Amino acid sequence: MKAKGNVFKYGDNVDTDVIIPARYLNVSTPEALASHCMEDIDKDFVNKVKQGDIIVANKNFGCGSSREHAPIAIKASGISCVIAETFARIFFRNAINIGLPILECPEAAAKIQAEDELEIDFGTGTIQNITRNESYQAEPFPPFMQELIAAGGLVERARKKLGV
Amino acid sequence: MGMTMTQKILAAHAGLESVTAGQLIEAKLDMVLGNDVTTPVAVKEFAKIGVDKVFDKKKVTLVMDHFTPNKDIQSAEHCKQCRDFALHHGIENFYDVGEMGIEHCLVHEKGLVVAGDTMIGADSHTCTYGALGAFSTGVGSTDLACAMATGETWFKVPSAIKFELVGRPAKWVSGKDVILHIIGKIGVDGALYKSMEYCGDGLKYLSMDDRFCIANMAIEAGAKNGIFPVDDITREYIKAHASRPGVEYTADPDAVYDEVHVIDMSQLRPVVAFPHLPENTKTIDEIGATSVQLDQVVIGSCTNGRMEDLRMAADILAGRKGVRVAKNLRVIILPGTQEIVLQAMREGIMEDLIMAGCVVSTPTCGPCLGGHMGILAKGERALATTNRNFVGRMGHPESEVYLCSPAVAAASAITGYITDPDKI
Repeated sequence: MKAKGNVFKYGDNVDTDVIIPARYLNVSTPEALASHCMEDIDKDFVNKVKQGDIIVANKNFGCGSSREHAPIAIKASGISCVIAETFARIFFRNAINIGLPILECPEAAAKIQAEDELEIDFGTGTIQNITRNESYQAEPFPPFMQELIAAGGLVERARKKLGV
Repeated sequence: MGMTMTQKILAAHAGLESVTAGQLIEAKLDMVLGNDVTTPVAVKEFAKIGVDKVFDKKKVTLVMDHFTPNKDIQSAEHCKQCRDFALHHGIENFYDVGEMGIEHCLVHEKGLVVAGDTMIGADSHTCTYGALGAFSTGVGSTDLACAMATGETWFKVPSAIKFELVGRPAKWVSGKDVILHIIGKIGVDGALYKSMEYCGDGLKYLSMDDRFCIANMAIEAGAKNGIFPVDDITREYIKAHASRPGVEYTADPDAVYDEVHVIDMSQLRPVVAFPHLPENTKTIDEIGATSVQLDQVVIGSCTNGRMEDLRMAADILAGRKGVRVAKNLRVIILPGTQEIVLQAMREGIMEDLIMAGCVVSTPTCGPCLGGHMGILAKGERALATTNRNFVGRMGHPESEVYLCSPAVAAASAITGYITDPDKI
């Protein structure tokens, strides 16, 4: 699986309240959530984002609330992958569970700039920066998580386990 | 190699002799928790799994607390989805308006989790129950759905940071000051993916309400959980609230920790976290008497909405001649549960707080997450005993939230500025 798109770049500690403010948690459809994605940190995001684009951030991306609405909003807005130096742990779980590709890569987080064009190979974890002609290597997922992703996410895995 | 307290609980629930940090395990769950924001998403995922019942009707708890009593039609629809699900599946621990409280004040009050349990909740502050010597952590809605179906979930076994708490905290220093001090020291990702394990001679000075507050904010340091050893204070609490005694686990003497911090609580001062991160801490002595003017004070939440918190607020705000809430300041009190409301009424605290000029709400998460019941306008500033001060957390993206203890909040309610309780 590959992804290709342009970068939206953010800093440290992007929290779930700015990814999807709680004032919109009275809705839960992906489309409605996507229409407010990143609103409190980047008002232009929803107007600019195109299918396939990529979010790159520094440390502790997705800190704060457990709201799965955050990765749902990002995924439904068209983002194909989030790359960060590190992720907050609940966001990490939620992204895997709903099938939003994420990669931890400190080098990529440090070197990639806003609007760079990237191509990502999820099989190898290689991030190609087309704009800067650079390449970065992300940590591949451990086998357990690869199996989880291959099974089609946590719900499919639970179905298999329960024999339904 | 020895195991930490958290690792021992996880090993027992995974049916393993031992586990090591980084290992991926499947663990059995003693309790699974959801609220009115996270459960509707979980209900949809649960339907996709295709089972017709939850794994155990007694081991699922659903609390309608974020947007209740419902603030609008959409939140009413969400609560209805939860209610229908709970009725359909015969969920025994379903708490709706009238019985509900703020979930992390209610669950331990009802005795639904005890020492040695493993619990997940689709709410990040599920880490609160580490105060009881349980392993508990926050997850998302899909995790909640799958756990309701299977009674199990996967974990990456965490490594740990040890916090040795020594010394007796001074009069105005509470559990909130201890945890804000720690977050200020290690940062909002200082314990990322890890356990925060507490120990030390100073624990005897920390009440259960202090410990719930400290464990509650483990997530604000990025931690997977925060956990306290079981002592007589814990045992007495569990005995008074739960029908099960729980299982006591202790860390092995040769357990390995990534870091060890010794915190002398006798040296701590009241702490305030400035916008827009809980790590932006200053002691009360570093804040000028009239440097931070306030529009709103919030006392309550799953961090500080317990009985001792309200008593502290009432002690400072009432019983002194002529003392009342500053002019042009709004002070909102959010008790954690119906039982706390009743107890506050019995003790005269409700009347004292209302007479002093506060408004007392029904239990709700309300303004803590910018939901309802006290939203800030552009440029407004609130001091709150809640747990997060992110951009837009309590309302307008250009509003500000400062975090503190109930004592500092109550003292500041009198002056209208962030104020040292000693100076009142």
